[in-house]
Amino acid sequence: MTAVVSGTPRFTISPRRKVVNKAMLGLCVAAATFAVAVLMWIFGYVIVQGARYVNIDFFTNLPAPVGEAGGGFLNALVGTGIMVGMASAVSIPVGVLAGIYLAEFGRSWMAQVVRFINDTLNATPSIVAGLFAYTLVVLQVHRFSAIAGSVALAVLMIPTITRTAEEMIRLVPRTLRDAALALGIPEWRMTLQIVLPAAASGIVTGIMLAIARVSGETAALLFTAFNNRFLSFALDQPMSSVPVQVFTYAIAPYDDWHHQAWAGSLVLVSLVALFSAAMRIATRNRHRMRA
Amino acid sequence: MVADSGMVSVSAHGERSRSFRRRGPRALQGWTSGDALFRKVCTAFGLAIVALLALLLYELARGSSLSLSRFGFGFAFEKVWDPVAEKFGAATFIYGTMVTSVIALLVAVPLGVGIAIFLVEMAPPAVGNIIGFLVELLAAIPSIVYGLWGLFVLAPLVRDHVAPFLHATLGFLPFFSGESHGVGMLTAGLVLSIMVLPFIAAVSRDVLAAVPQPLREGSLALGATKWETIWGVVLPYGRTGIGGSVILALGRALGETMAVTMVIGNTPQIVLSLFEPGYTMSSVIANEYSEASGPLYLSSLTELGLLLFIATFAVNGTARALIWRMAHGPGGRA
Repeated sequence: MTAVVSGTPRFTISPRRKVVNKAMLGLCVAAATFAVAVLMWIFGYVIVQGARYVNIDFFTNLPAPVGEAGGGFLNALVGTGIMVGMASAVSIPVGVLAGIYLAEFGRSWMAQVVRFINDTLNATPSIVAGLFAYTLVVLQVHRFSAIAGSVALAVLMIPTITRTAEEMIRLVPRTLRDAALALGIPEWRMTLQIVLPAAASGIVTGIMLAIARVSGETAALLFTAFNNRFLSFALDQPMSSVPVQVFTYAIAPYDDWHHQAWAGSLVLVSLVALFSAAMRIATRNRHRMRA
Repeated sequence: MVADSGMVSVSAHGERSRSFRRRGPRALQGWTSGDALFRKVCTAFGLAIVALLALLLYELARGSSLSLSRFGFGFAFEKVWDPVAEKFGAATFIYGTMVTSVIALLVAVPLGVGIAIFLVEMAPPAVGNIIGFLVELLAAIPSIVYGLWGLFVLAPLVRDHVAPFLHATLGFLPFFSGESHGVGMLTAGLVLSIMVLPFIAAVSRDVLAAVPQPLREGSLALGATKWETIWGVVLPYGRTGIGGSVILALGRALGETMAVTMVIGNTPQIVLSLFEPGYTMSSVIANEYSEASGPLYLSSLTELGLLLFIATFAVNGTARALIWRMAHGPGGRA
């Protein structure tokens, strides 16, 4: 003991270790800076390019022929609205009820299997969802249709909503449930009238985010809803959508169309950025964000 | 209460006695039978998820049955893709998918783990929150927007600066031979790397945040530097979860379609040079499906989709299993 006390405390780190420490930590900072810079670059570019061409015409006009100014995305915006609406009408009830199942009755092995499959389906490539809707719908009626597009989008939405609903319902405090049950109401009413309303804001935000994301889905719609140059409300006919329109314009060799593609991209990016921020605020105090 | 009384008749006898055991008083029986119904309805919707998977597999298998019976297992190894002669092989597309995914991971894994380290070990909470959100925002940008940006911004940059630089410094490797025309496998891989970065960063961040604080303190107390603590203690503890995040990112990279389609050049070939254009499984489906004529052509494209789905499902399942194990058991066990 005395040796330790009397000796000079020697606690030195070799220069090499210091340098390695600084260098590696510096690289981690650089990685984060790089990611933020790339995000800013993409956002900035889309905003600068898109803002010049987003105007009233963009929202109220149909596509103009090449060379004519003033074309818009009206048909695509309406198409995206209709198809995402139909997909939501199916996937919201399915997703929320499946989410309730996982959250409230989710301890059995069967629920574990459902949860695992749901998580894995959540990462289904959107092109595969498109193929599925093609063989299920388009092949049967031999025509591209808005219905087929909605089916593809619903396949992509259901696992996302299920997952969000489960997570949000799980966040409702145990005490709330106990209080409800202690007052004598049955479990099903406790779930529907106490737990679900308590989780509602998170679930709704999650659903909005899911909607914003499928609004930008292209691959699932390419050969299901296809595209339509005209304003169409017929569900059994091809229908335009914002992302497919952007794709069509982007790969065409005309500058006018490229401008339109940037404008469409800006609309899509604004949508997801807005709802991502809303989601962040809704879950602010519980940031256990899992991928 | 009125609504409940109607539910009594729905419940089977077994249900009632079970809920009686659970709840006790006889007066509550009528209420709990509503529970049984509610539970059944929810379970049915839960099982709908399983049914969805079964239907997906069934439809894809049905759609590709013609190609499956004509080409068998050879489909995956055949290089020729000639719709006119009705000869279809997937090898060039599988190669393109693998090469672009590998590039994406090589770039994104160090970056993503670095970001996670910064967020958990270094950044003050406020800064970490903001940067964490911005990185997650990268995951929300639609694929088509990445494609547009890749085509008009990144591809010219690769052609004029990145590729010449790589050729000048590493040109002795076959991967960097020849010259780039902008679109090609390298550009596609780089776009993909940005797209999968948030998945690696977000999951790794959660994994590192779950590493117990005493481990760090113990290491620092033994005289290790901060980096030595991270490298020698924190990362090994979280390696299972980080591995899961990498595999998760691989699953995304394999299936990504639009952004890749727009920048890879869409040429079915197997060449070593990354500057050359290529073609991936998802891109060929996206490009040719709506114009495919003839049942065998369609069926071959559908089989590509089936292979892609099985591959991504297996990869994502593995990732989930790893991340779950990390969440449920002690991390360093793997």
